[in-house]
Amino acid sequence: MSGIVSYGSYIPKYRIKPDEIARVWGEDADSIRTGINILSKSVPSPDEDVATISVEAARNAVRRGKVNAGDIGAIYVGSESHPYAVKPTATIVASAIGADFSLFSADYEFACKAGTAGMQNVKAMVDSGMIKLGMAIGADTSQGAPGDALEYSASAGGTAMILGKENVIAEINSTLSVTSDTPDFWRREGQPYPTHGERFTGEPAYFRHTINASKMLMERMGTKPSDYTYAVFHQPNGKFPTRAAKTLGFSEQQFKDGLLTPVIGNTYSGSMMTGLSAILDKAAPSDRILAVSFGSGAGSDAFDITVTKNIEKMDRESAPTIKKMLSDVKWLDYAIYAKFKKKIIVGDAVE
Amino acid sequence: MGKLSAVWRETNHRYRLVAHQCGNCKKMYFPPRDICPDCHRESIGKMKEKQLSGNGRIESFTIVHDAPSAFARQRPYVLALVKLDEGPILTAQIVDSDFSELEAGKKVRAVFRKIREDGKGGIIQYGYKFVLE
Ligand SMILES: [Zn+2]
Repeated sequence: MSGIVSYGSYIPKYRIKPDEIARVWGEDADSIRTGINILSKSVPSPDEDVATISVEAARNAVRRGKVNAGDIGAIYVGSESHPYAVKPTATIVASAIGADFSLFSADYEFACKAGTAGMQNVKAMVDSGMIKLGMAIGADTSQGAPGDALEYSASAGGTAMILGKENVIAEINSTLSVTSDTPDFWRREGQPYPTHGERFTGEPAYFRHTINASKMLMERMGTKPSDYTYAVFHQPNGKFPTRAAKTLGFSEQQFKDGLLTPVIGNTYSGSMMTGLSAILDKAAPSDRILAVSFGSGAGSDAFDITVTKNIEKMDRESAPTIKKMLSDVKWLDYAIYAKFKKKIIVGDAVE
Repeated sequence: MGKLSAVWRETNHRYRLVAHQCGNCKKMYFPPRDICPDCHRESIGKMKEKQLSGNGRIESFTIVHDAPSAFARQRPYVLALVKLDEGPILTAQIVDSDFSELEAGKKVRAVFRKIREDGKGGIIQYGYKFVLE
């Protein structure tokens, strides 16, 4: 069966705490911490964007899986913060990892689930025999307007998954999606910051799609929450995925390892995939994983995954683990953060 | 368009640290060269593409305070001579480090970063920088 052959992630080294952001905007950091369960978030350096994050994640996946980049037949990059409006990130990734000229590729956009949509397409291409190996990346350097609630959570990071039929470390038993036209969150062309349709964010958007996709997949597979070792969901904050998991009947033991937003913030397209990466860092053969993403607008992609014996043969430390990337950090104050994130305009600087 | 074609031609070596190795004396050249300056005619047609590991050590470094406006957000930044494990020495930025952590001889590895943007509407150039290992 087809599935994940290798995986790699990248989280920028810089972090900022809600205390720093709350200090500047005169808000209460404690209520942010408890309200949305965010203790810190990652911040990209001024020379990092979705292309550089995608390349680092892709290289980590290639290295960890000892994959020959020339064997990768497709690369799809899902993001809502591609560096160019027109010119694909996938081309930059392909060139940077040394993929072949003969290659399927495109950039995807579906708010926070564009990376998992890429995984589904790559899986279908592997299953149909169109390609031997394919790579799907979810990465973002998301933006929250200064003073907006999103500023506490919008962060940066990404994960690349290489899918194939041979040397599979985690089989994808099944995948399905749900989709509806829901105005919970959007960003118009040319606008620097997104807008959220307040009353739509919770119930009609995140919970409806995430919970239904999870239930439909478990119904299809004839499984129940206790059949899974791990569960990972899209993580716009620390609260939503916890509530979704508990509503479905998962215990903290099952969802704690994939829950990264409290320490790195919401990496948008990278969110659920990076949580899955953290789980794969420690998973053992025959562990079963329910992985469900969510993208505003809105929809969810659900995956039922079983880890195989091959994971024991993989040198998982040959690329940086999530644990390593969480331990090696540099803290920023709001001023440097604002400079890094271009919230401060620097004269006529060409950059 | 002259500059744009130069950027495009250099993609392989800037993105992936692809060097040229002289087939005669085996010396590695980065940036790549079409002829080995030691072997001259002997090297013609024998320069082979070689992927460098990106691992190396700091030879020396300097902290740049008087940075061009395009680097204002990164000022001051570190420019170093890095000796790669395969031999070539190149000049590159060291990023994500405090200056106090830097020392000649310390191990570094290449990362993929944005080098510059040609204004708001121009091309974005990517390439190698280094971080402490
Ligand atoms: Zn020579």
